[in-house]
Amino acid sequence: MIKCKTSKEIGGMGHSKKRKEDARFIQGKGNYVDDVKLPGMLYMDIVRSPYAYAKIKNIDASAALAIPGVVAVVTGKDLEKYGLHWMPTLMSDTQMVLPTDTVMYQAQEVAAVIATSRYLARDGKEAVMVDYEPMTPVMDPFKALDEDAPVLRSDQEGKSDNHIWHWEVGDKEKTENVFNNADVVVKQQMHIPRIHVASIETCGCVASYNKVENHLTMYMTTQAPHAIRTVIALVAGHVGLTEEKIRVISPDIGGGFGGKVPVYPGYVIAIAVSFLTGAPIKWIEDRSENLQADSFARDYHITAEMAGTKDGKIQATRFKVLADHGYTDASANPSKFPTGLFSIGTGSYDYGASYMEADAVYTNKPPGGVAYRCSFRVTEAVHAIERMTDMFAKKVGKDPAQLRMENFIKKEDFPWASPTGWSYDSGDYHAGLQKAMDAIGYHDLRKEQIEMRKEGKKFLGIGISTFTEVVGAGPAKDFDILGIKMFDSAEIRVHPTGKAIARFGTKSQGQGHETTYAQIIAEELGIPMENIQIEEGDTDTAPYGLGTYASRSTPTAGAAAAMAARKLRDKAKKIAAHLLEVSEQDLEWEPGKFFVKGAPEKAKTIQEIVFAAYTNHPEGMEGGFEATHYYDPPNLTFPSGAYICVAEVDAETCDIKVRRFVAIDDCGNIINPMIVQGQVHGGLTQGIAPAMYEELIYDESGNILNGTFMDYLVPTAVESPNWETGHTVTPAPHHPIGAKGVGESPTVGAPPAIVNAIVDAVAHLGIKHLEIPVTPFKLFKELQKVGYFKKNA
Amino acid sequence: MTKKITLKINGTEHTMEVEPRMLLVHAIRENVSLTGTHIGCDTSSCGACTILIDGKSAKSCTVLAVQAQGKEIATVEGLATAEGLHPIQEGFHLNHALHCGFCTPGMMMRAIELLEKNPNPTEEEIRWGISGNLCRCTGYNNIVKAIEWTSAKMQGKDLPSTEPEFV
Ligand code: FES
Ligand code: FES
Repeated sequence: MIKCKTSKEIGGMGHSKKRKEDARFIQGKGNYVDDVKLPGMLYMDIVRSPYAYAKIKNIDASAALAIPGVVAVVTGKDLEKYGLHWMPTLMSDTQMVLPTDTVMYQAQEVAAVIATSRYLARDGKEAVMVDYEPMTPVMDPFKALDEDAPVLRSDQEGKSDNHIWHWEVGDKEKTENVFNNADVVVKQQMHIPRIHVASIETCGCVASYNKVENHLTMYMTTQAPHAIRTVIALVAGHVGLTEEKIRVISPDIGGGFGGKVPVYPGYVIAIAVSFLTGAPIKWIEDRSENLQADSFARDYHITAEMAGTKDGKIQATRFKVLADHGYTDASANPSKFPTGLFSIGTGSYDYGASYMEADAVYTNKPPGGVAYRCSFRVTEAVHAIERMTDMFAKKVGKDPAQLRMENFIKKEDFPWASPTGWSYDSGDYHAGLQKAMDAIGYHDLRKEQIEMRKEGKKFLGIGISTFTEVVGAGPAKDFDILGIKMFDSAEIRVHPTGKAIARFGTKSQGQGHETTYAQIIAEELGIPMENIQIEEGDTDTAPYGLGTYASRSTPTAGAAAAMAARKLRDKAKKIAAHLLEVSEQDLEWEPGKFFVKGAPEKAKTIQEIVFAAYTNHPEGMEGGFEATHYYDPPNLTFPSGAYICVAEVDAETCDIKVRRFVAIDDCGNIINPMIVQGQVHGGLTQGIAPAMYEELIYDESGNILNGTFMDYLVPTAVESPNWETGHTVTPAPHHPIGAKGVGESPTVGAPPAIVNAIVDAVAHLGIKHLEIPVTPFKLFKELQKVGYFKKNA
Repeated sequence: MTKKITLKINGTEHTMEVEPRMLLVHAIRENVSLTGTHIGCDTSSCGACTILIDGKSAKSCTVLAVQAQGKEIATVEGLATAEGLHPIQEGFHLNHALHCGFCTPGMMMRAIELLEKNPNPTEEEIRWGISGNLCRCTGYNNIVKAIEWTSAKMQGKDLPSTEPEFV
């Protein structure tokens, strides 16, 4: 049970308050970007390339322009006149807005059609004739590095290959030494495939430029409205659109998961067209466009190794990564972290040697490298370490739970310095795993597994993942995006009657900020959360912040809310002392009021104090009751979890079923248990998705084979099992409210638990590893390879 | 070439000129400005656009506006009445069955028909029953719970707890 310091009426931390934002969503009154309708608005549709790699010989728009209602067709050559045909990516690479001569991936934007209706824009799109000269694309990231591979980015001066960058961390020599002298080494090549966040709302915008005022209002699906405003100013400043003339409004967002962090060409084209025509331009992408052209996630090829003693002590890890970035590095990472926070991959275990390296390459695939509900490449890292831990346990013949228990970093050893340079803040890994094992009945399951193997109809597997996440980017000294430090902000205004509005630089996409931020402020000030209005997503009104992704909202903006509220509480104390005619030292705080020590009847409620701030404040004190805080975290936060999956494999059909899944998370102090649990449920379904269903598949010619919802398998309620969740609470010692962030932990932690369970189910048949997504067909083929069906024929 | 049609949505008639190719979802969202019905795909896979046509749930991106002439259409905007929220709306809110809210209107419209046909569905029947509607946020646990709660509510039975349960 979570102990609450505030009453249910105040509704501070720990209360499962129902969500304030629900009212509009359940009544169809949300305001998503496609709901925005402005007078004189035109619609934009985008002509896309059928080829993965081709020269554009000619674009003939005459037939399109002949359609009544088609207003304009915009090509790269048109944008080139204004220097708007290329734009920077968040990783300081460059990306085409519209191509002038070459397309680099299938579904790349080639031209934009503007018309008076959605349907006419589509008609125009069909009528634009593009003459292509197809070339052989580079689809295999390993072959991209071959000497005779065509140099894809010949636009970059002096570029002679497809290599983007090399990265490494850890002590190479020390790690090599350990490996050379180790009793046991396990090694596995694995691919974390390309997947897509596929939020149910696709991306889109309404760009509305007012010529008279030289002012742009941009309604768009963005998780980071302030950063986007700065990026727009950087791209369009030279045509007179400077930052004070830009207002970005991020209305209700239908799910983000990382896919709504980048700037897509569609947004920029819409802005350019609105700028040129003076009309508001609406662009809403189709699902297929969304899957085929928007940022992908993952696509890491990893060679993972683990070394240890024969009695099961982990001694070292070594990871080598090849990252397929598509035709440009458009990852949404902090600038100094080309592989994101991949170096968390040493895991939850106590050992001192690790070395990781990564190389990134260009291919003819869409750009991206966004997270998929994950803090910058943590999922890839966790998959590698948790698979290796299981393989190591199998190799030394130890139960995987037992081996983890013996290798965990101990509770008393935090803060713990990882061999790749992190300082883990806190954790109690033993308690988490024990709780998960008790909840699922681990030892009984092991017995049942033996029984079922004897029976031979179905094989039972039990898979564990005990992961450590790293979220809440991040400390300004290391973390920036395009040079902008990754702090976040909160501004609280309390009105004379004691009700408040608070604004933030983050942007909820379903996480429930309108409820949880209000609870944080309620906790600190004792004002009922119902009386605190939360606003985000309008750059004209909210303080600057870097937005919501990487589970950073609670660690950064949530902390900012607490800090701003504490500034107000300090002021409240001064006012209370003045009203009660005592000194500040004589006052004590209890949620909602200050009272005189030893005389609790002498008290002033927060509402009385706030009223006095406007009507009767001490001389020399500024009036009003408002505060702003920009929070620069001293460290990241390190949530952890212990997940156990029980899977059943049908011995004949290879059908795989998740029978049970227990997830014990530790995200530090909990603001709203109901919302945390909801986040975990959702994240787990986005964990089973890549583990068993999702992968973007391309053929050798660069065609995407499953670019629609007909064949890209987002789990339904049938594939998604009933999740069982719980928690341990180890507060983040350096965080004002001890919270760590949770939205992504389950997506990070679930895939290896599921794969470990499936591998465990068939391990006795000779299977050592399975690549994700583990489908029945893939499993069938692997079992065929080890001769299983022959034996059973 | 356009056609004049009258759509009866949530009890109100709306007459409009539409092209025969116009999808019902666009007529509802754009011509009638009822934007609670959403669009999440172009292959009739996601269910964000689910409405009721003559009481049956239908994906309104799969129906032409002209086909809906003369039929009774119900959308999320018509669920709440002067007496308050529809039980399914209450069920979704109290059981935290929505995060971003984008799938929610379609999910609720589908659940209404499901409960009409089968007032006491099992968990498995609910899961299969909403398998034409995708939710990317919630992991479905609480949607199932919300539909179970609504089932109890609609039949005047004891209401299950809406507090989160932990292991
Ligand atoms: S919009 Fe996806 S099914 Fe209708
Ligand atoms: S609540 Fe976001 S898609 Fe269901």
